[in-house]
Amino acid sequence: MHTKIAAAVLVFSGALFFSGTAFATPKIQHWQAPSGARVYFVEDHDLPILDVAADFAAGSSFDTAEKAGLAGLTHGLLDLGAEGLSEDEIARNLADIGAQMGGRFDADRSGMSLRTLSSAVERDQALNILARVLQRPLFPENVLAREKTRLIAGLKEAETKPESIAGKAFGKAVFGTHPYGLSSEVASVGKIQRADIEAFYRVHYFAQAAVISIMGDVTRAEAEAIAQQLTGQLPQSGDAGSIPLVTMQINASEQRIAHPATQSHILIGVPGMARNDPDYFPLYVGNYILGGGGFVSRLMLEVREKRGMAYNIYSYFVPTRQPGVFQIGLQTKKEQADEALQLVRATLREFIAKGPTAKELQAAKQNIIGGFPLRIDSNKKILEYLSVIGFYGLPLTYLDDFTGKVDKVSVAQIHDAFRRRINPDAMATVIVGAPKVGNPQPPSGGAELTPPDGKEPGDKTEHGQ
Amino acid sequence: MLIELVWAIKMRARLLKYLVFPVLFFAVAAHAEVFEQTLHNGLKVIVKEDHRAPVVVQQVWYRAGSMDERTGTTGIAHVLEHMMFKGTKSVPVGEFSKRIAAAGGRENAFTSYDYTAYFQQLHKSRLPLAMQLESDRMHNLSLSDAEFGKEIKVVMEERRMRTDDEPQALLSEKLMAAAYQEHPYQHPVIGWMNDLLTLSAGDARAWYGLWYAPNNATLVVAGDVKASEVFALAQRYYGDIPARKLPARKNFSEPPQLGVKRIVVKAPAQLPRLVMAYHAPVLRDPAQDWQPYALEVLAGVLDGNESARLNKALVREQQLASSVGAGYDSTSRGPGMFMLEGTPSEGKSVAELEAGLRAQLAQLVQDGVSEDELKRVKAQVTASEVYKRDSVFYQAMQIGQLESIGLSYKAIPLMLQKLQAVTAQQVQEVAREFIKDDNLTVAVLDPQPLSGEHKHVRGGASHAH
Repeated sequence: MHTKIAAAVLVFSGALFFSGTAFATPKIQHWQAPSGARVYFVEDHDLPILDVAADFAAGSSFDTAEKAGLAGLTHGLLDLGAEGLSEDEIARNLADIGAQMGGRFDADRSGMSLRTLSSAVERDQALNILARVLQRPLFPENVLAREKTRLIAGLKEAETKPESIAGKAFGKAVFGTHPYGLSSEVASVGKIQRADIEAFYRVHYFAQAAVISIMGDVTRAEAEAIAQQLTGQLPQSGDAGSIPLVTMQINASEQRIAHPATQSHILIGVPGMARNDPDYFPLYVGNYILGGGGFVSRLMLEVREKRGMAYNIYSYFVPTRQPGVFQIGLQTKKEQADEALQLVRATLREFIAKGPTAKELQAAKQNIIGGFPLRIDSNKKILEYLSVIGFYGLPLTYLDDFTGKVDKVSVAQIHDAFRRRINPDAMATVIVGAPKVGNPQPPSGGAELTPPDGKEPGDKTEHGQ
Repeated sequence: MLIELVWAIKMRARLLKYLVFPVLFFAVAAHAEVFEQTLHNGLKVIVKEDHRAPVVVQQVWYRAGSMDERTGTTGIAHVLEHMMFKGTKSVPVGEFSKRIAAAGGRENAFTSYDYTAYFQQLHKSRLPLAMQLESDRMHNLSLSDAEFGKEIKVVMEERRMRTDDEPQALLSEKLMAAAYQEHPYQHPVIGWMNDLLTLSAGDARAWYGLWYAPNNATLVVAGDVKASEVFALAQRYYGDIPARKLPARKNFSEPPQLGVKRIVVKAPAQLPRLVMAYHAPVLRDPAQDWQPYALEVLAGVLDGNESARLNKALVREQQLASSVGAGYDSTSRGPGMFMLEGTPSEGKSVAELEAGLRAQLAQLVQDGVSEDELKRVKAQVTASEVYKRDSVFYQAMQIGQLESIGLSYKAIPLMLQKLQAVTAQQVQEVAREFIKDDNLTVAVLDPQPLSGEHKHVRGGASHAH
């Protein structure tokens, strides 16, 4: 897919490492379709595959507390019936040609994606279905009733799961009444009517709000036609409204929620950073050192490698339109939860107080820069980047600039950015399955914080952790 | 470091595992890019060239999984996998991960019933480093008592997280324990908690001594490399590791099941769940066997897309279930299983769902499947074959997996042909032959209130047949 790779000469030793690194990046073409949609396209004919995504500013942060779940249901019903196509016909017609339709939904975005063979018959049939799903969804009454029932069953199940209970309480503790802290509730979903969904769809799904990402085996002319086909029947303009500002300073809180699980689920965090944040790179690189960098982060070393107290321990920022959460999480057996919590807090406090060492920063840069080719080594991964770049209005040179921006980060910048953003004395802590200390509280309503794929798109490994 | 939860994967795998590189029409070209050589010490080296991006993946697959364990030391294969990151004579604890990270690499490992595998993904220029480190730990592992003492705690936390506190995983574990009377698939890959509590560093050393040898391993390298160069590197780094006499493998069988088995698992949850597992054959002779291919297609007909039989009838039309699924994996070292699973809708019982699933199978046995259904499943297989080529990692996975269970990657084109040749009658026939009560184990999750008086079921507890 990357034809200019051979031109990149890599020098992987000593000081030359950073300055000598130049990776070929995919050439991103960008234009606005006649419909008003913004289009991001990488042409690549190595594989007979076409990947397309359409994203709208219609995520869960556009919900209200009263009908929380509306944005998600609207998204979920898009491909369950469209003009001239029943839900079964949509699924069958896609399966007949081996096409795969997927959705993605987070606090900011509601998106549909499509993968199909690029040969004309398959491609045209797949795109016709996607075009109708995006522009002519029917939201059938009987399907809505069924999906509400299934969703409510899922919500009740989630209320018994320690990770869901923790996520909900944590979202509320970090974001208060801000929509980033909202979660679907049995009661709020119960109130959603078909008219609400139609209205939500009308307000949020218009062409100028759409980001169309196209990756793979089509020409520029074909891509232009596809973008128009997917958005030309939508209203051109609209007003999706904006997301309120996040209150960055929060009060310290600690909730202990009883649960019969053998492990305590611990979450610690504060509002963190936005996708367009001026501190994005210092915080991103700094977090690699603190808790993002797989087996070599400080939290991993202290909690798991040195003491064997957890299998899973991490920290991450969720970079959203408004600042999303900064979160540290772990699970550890109940009897040692308080000890682990103290250890995590001490590790964080030390990091905030002193910042990373020069050696740690160098190691972080080596990994992030040296591993850059792995972030864009498949069409799937590039599509994900196109959609993030398009949706958040990042520069078209984002991928070209990435390693340089990482390389420029200094110890002082990380230290400074973390100190300004994270006050260890004013963080939200939630412990579900808590040992019997303090005042156990019943699980209260709150926020189901589903971190959208928090990190850089390329952070996702193909193989879990 | 993770356990490949084969059982869970089986339910999801459906057609995915056939998604190797060469589809029928691509078979010739793609196949030509796979090269193979066996070193003098018995290490089989397989190289898949893929020049789309300047990256490489190295995977080393040992033919030793949890099915090679003995009672009392279950979990040792997976514990050893963790210990492989804990230092050798020349690479101190923690250094392996640090060096891979500093090279921009990603790494991990996974253990299944059938094998244990290790991998690194890096820029192509760093393959020598990955080989140096991986070959070193093939024969120089330290396995100190102190490191073992810490890591076994991590594994116990992993077990708590993945199984003990996850009702559905607990259900799967107990289902396997009930369904298999003799075969070691009755033991969970992660091991029973009581065994983890008593395992010692000596057990790990013994396991390492038995199975970690070049003549029990397959090295798979895929990516932007030249096969000849990879063979030279492999010879340089792995060539001097002495071969070892491997212990005789016990040829476990599973005696015929003489009647239905039923178990109930009580755990804190909201929704009940039903799993029905039927003993079924797996692929041993890709050229002569036909039943495993027909069982694959059967799974696709039942659950290959959202409008396939089970979802359409039980979730969408009858609304008997909030989710249903079918799964079958034709490739494993041990015996196979055909699974049906589901969660009843609110107000419906597990018994009603079981009756609904049985009715679907009975109808299929009586009336057969349509040509449309057959074509649809095959089209999905064909397309998925092409999609697979977007991931170098999974191309390598498929090769390693097949080699480790005693088949060959060379059989892939044949397997695809055989799959395409499956007839409607064959699908009907395997359904009739294997989906019957004498073959069946039924497991039901009986949800318990979080704060009830019930005893939490822990791993290792006995179960009723």
